[in-house]
Amino acid sequence: MLTRLIPHPFLSLTLILVWIGLVNKFTLGNLILGTAFGLIIPMLTAAYWPNRPSIARPLKIAEYVLIVLWDIIVANVQVAMIILFKRETEIRSQWIPIPLELTSAEAITVLAGTITMTPGTVSAMLSADGGSILVHCLHTDDPDAIRDEIKSRYERRLLEIFP
Amino acid sequence: MNIVAEILISLALVVSGIFGFVGSYGLIKLKDSVQRLHAPTKATTLGVGGVLIASMIFFYAKTGQVSIHELLITLFLFLTAPITANFIAKTYLARNVEENDVPECMGEYGWSVYCDPPETSSDSSRG
Repeated sequence: MLTRLIPHPFLSLTLILVWIGLVNKFTLGNLILGTAFGLIIPMLTAAYWPNRPSIARPLKIAEYVLIVLWDIIVANVQVAMIILFKRETEIRSQWIPIPLELTSAEAITVLAGTITMTPGTVSAMLSADGGSILVHCLHTDDPDAIRDEIKSRYERRLLEIFP
Repeated sequence: MNIVAEILISLALVVSGIFGFVGSYGLIKLKDSVQRLHAPTKATTLGVGGVLIASMIFFYAKTGQVSIHELLITLFLFLTAPITANFIAKTYLARNVEENDVPECMGEYGWSVYCDPPETSSDSSRG
């Protein structure tokens, strides 16, 4: 009964929080309206979410978000330094292929987004079967180190969240 | 508004201004499209972030209420920026880069811009 009423608890929770954020004021009325949206929208859109992955360890998400936020700040400073202080000829860009262990589309999307937001890398495309991802690195001398860092720092954590 | 809040707001605005400038300067300086992609996807995140933090401090100091809109702007920015970057990168690859110029894919199938996806339906959960 509960799973039929709330098919996507995380989507419902996100919708409620975003609604309260949008009206920018926490009142009972807003909470009720937000809850209504949180219940109705997942029901109406359930057909568009086939093969939805289950999230195994919700607390890991908080850890992941904090790590990514910190990395984004570091990435900003690193890229700014490269832009300001490296001569054009000294910037050695490389394409790096990374084999993926993640299988669900949602997890790969999160990983690709993370790669784009973090130090010196942009995710460019997937392989045709979704088994590897091509990453463009702004400046590196050691592509293997970048690959290992992405795999150990982000993919390992995502594997725990999306088993 | 007290002096501490004003100093914090100015600091956040100056930091965001610097990073916004560096991001735009990167667009001129870097030499091809994929390199230029790095400048707006990263350097400007902190640029926008700084303005949003300044805005939050300002409204908290002025009205005493925490404003959540800025967090939502951050959320939407983090959702949209990588997707835009991915579209631009794919378009660049399709138009300007030959299949031989990028490193070979380690799996059975080639890169999605150049090769067709496998036809099996059992793999539908993959991106």
